[in-house]
Amino acid sequence: MADILEKNSTVADIGEDYETKYGFSDPEEYFMKGAKGLNHEVVEMISRMKKEPEWMRDFRHEALDIFLSKPMPRWGNTELLNSIDFDDIFYYIRPMENQGKSWDDVPENIKKTFDRLGIPEAEKKFLAGVSAQYESEVVYHSLKEDLVKQGIIFLDMDSGLREHPEIVQKYFSTIIPPQDNKFSALNSAVWSGGSFIYVPPGVDVKIPLQAYFRINAQNMGQFERTLIIADKGSRVHYIEGCTAPTYSTNSLHSAVVELIALEGAYIRYTTIQNWSHNIFNLVTKRAMAYKNATVEWVDGNIGSKLTMKYPSIYLVGEGAKGEILSIAFAGNGQHQDAGAKVIHSAPNTSSRITSKSISKAGGRASYRGLVKVYPNALKSKVSVECDALLIDEASRSDTYPTMEIDADDVRIEHEARVSKVAEEQLFYLTSRGLSEDEARLLIINGFIEPFTKELPMEYAVELNRLIELEMEGSVG
Amino acid sequence: MKDKDFVFACHDIHVEVEGKEVVKGISLEIGRGQKHALMGPNGSGKSSFANALAGHPNYTITSGQAYIEGTNLLEMDATERSRAGLFLAFQYPLAIPGVTVANFLRAALKARNGNDEESLRNFRKELMEKFQLLEVDKSFANRYVNDGFSGGEKKRLEILQMAMLKPKIAILDETDSGLDIDALKVVSKGINSSTSGDEAILLVTHYQRILNYVKPDRVHVMIDGKIARSGGPELALHLEEHGYDWMKQEPSPVA
Repeated sequence: MADILEKNSTVADIGEDYETKYGFSDPEEYFMKGAKGLNHEVVEMISRMKKEPEWMRDFRHEALDIFLSKPMPRWGNTELLNSIDFDDIFYYIRPMENQGKSWDDVPENIKKTFDRLGIPEAEKKFLAGVSAQYESEVVYHSLKEDLVKQGIIFLDMDSGLREHPEIVQKYFSTIIPPQDNKFSALNSAVWSGGSFIYVPPGVDVKIPLQAYFRINAQNMGQFERTLIIADKGSRVHYIEGCTAPTYSTNSLHSAVVELIALEGAYIRYTTIQNWSHNIFNLVTKRAMAYKNATVEWVDGNIGSKLTMKYPSIYLVGEGAKGEILSIAFAGNGQHQDAGAKVIHSAPNTSSRITSKSISKAGGRASYRGLVKVYPNALKSKVSVECDALLIDEASRSDTYPTMEIDADDVRIEHEARVSKVAEEQLFYLTSRGLSEDEARLLIINGFIEPFTKELPMEYAVELNRLIELEMEGSVG
Repeated sequence: MKDKDFVFACHDIHVEVEGKEVVKGISLEIGRGQKHALMGPNGSGKSSFANALAGHPNYTITSGQAYIEGTNLLEMDATERSRAGLFLAFQYPLAIPGVTVANFLRAALKARNGNDEESLRNFRKELMEKFQLLEVDKSFANRYVNDGFSGGEKKRLEILQMAMLKPKIAILDETDSGLDIDALKVVSKGINSSTSGDEAILLVTHYQRILNYVKPDRVHVMIDGKIARSGGPELALHLEEHGYDWMKQEPSPVA
């Protein structure tokens, strides 16, 4: 890691003449001026603001250079991607700024959806980014005490870096280096917020850890960075996001999530993404599973204008297991470009990918997957199932599965299906007294059932209600 | 007697499917608590008639009238017909993957009766009773509707639905087909027990066998889209002995 932290002489100069150049020396003030755009000054200010160790500051600057030198991807929805104006974006939002927003500014359809989902007042304001605080401090506190007793670390990433620098430095960006892709480089330069979790050996975290509990405005961050380490034999389930629509004026979201499951450990990472429909959600999620470890990604994509996200699992130890269960709902004007990647580089490893997508009213859902089996991954088993449901003629579904199998004595299964809601099925249900809308909804619920049954109860209920609203077309 | 005196009445029903006329003028009147059998060879139009009455989108009723307790059936869509009290037991029930039997039935009942605590409690209780009646295991409730079901299981589920939905007129489309004698007995028991006594049943069947267990009050024989002959239960036995060809040779007016 030392080599990429080489000091750049121009970087060292930044901040020296702020007094003369801008008339202030305080990063706080710098951001008060509302600086948009991305450059080394912004990166420097972010790091200074957070009072980070030098290695992190250097890491950020290096990452920015990588970002600037990389071209935009030439695959995927290039039309939408190339419409992103990187200079017209705020790269750092201070908590105080969020409080400036008024409830009146929140779009009507978002408010209506909150009502329909029965979300309490305080929660609504928080989700809309109007309030930076959510009055659940009490809940969080008692939970925190329990975790601390077991030696579990669960903090936001900024605090994690500050309070546990040794652990963070050991693992940070080892799974997803800045060079990985343009957006991991971007995140590496301007990351803020996200979760840091460390579970000691043998500890079983009995309740799911939820980002919700770490309540502060950083949760709603555009560039969240999450790092989860499950030490040998430990178990943890982390839930990111929530089903309620999350409103943000910042149109570019690019998170990075790194998971490390050491020998015999288990990590399940559940996401329900429901960003408002103005957002580009470009995420890099990757896990490393060591010997006999298991990693499960449960990934739900309901919102955003364009999501590009391919949760990955590297099975690097013998007997490691991986599962990726993903659903995508693409409505009018949306493109869910989701999928999965599994890399088998050890023997006796197994993986399962299940992808279910629904397209409606001209929405576009894509499945992009990669299964790579290295020559030493003998006796591996892979099973891929991708199902697409097209609700109407206007909608679209694409599948881009790739399989690179270089080992003998492996078992690979792949199944892909595209269907529409069959008239016969609709008749069967309506002939029992259900209205056509009720029948269609029941069929859709049945379609995503393998996903819904993996969610904690309250999420499953919320997800069903959300799908109902999406089908009615009343969500913006 | 007027149409409203019958649970189900239809006059001169004509049905087309894919531009071809397959039902050429059927008239029936089924009173309270009555069981009628509609028999006929393959291709006679029996199933088309049944499906058209239930509101299947592929079948068009081109002329005629149909009433359920005096209410015009043909002005309603499939959903409304069901809620008005019509039930069709499918010949080939459809699979609805991911939807459990319990959820499916719950949704159907909710669509009719609303959703409150009491109806939920009663629902589970009644469901278990009907499971016992139809000799299916409790685990049936959590299986996905018709997904991977044997023929016998599918037919049992159809009758289970009838028992839970309590229709005014139940049209059973070849419910006996593909069943072995034991399954046939159980399904028949289900049909007989689930009726409160007031419903009308139209049993569409190719074979006489089921009529040994579900005893009809009237038997109609359909040939080439029309009712060739009607009679009492003995008509079915006569058919058993002589086959449908006999009917084709000797058409006679409705007895």
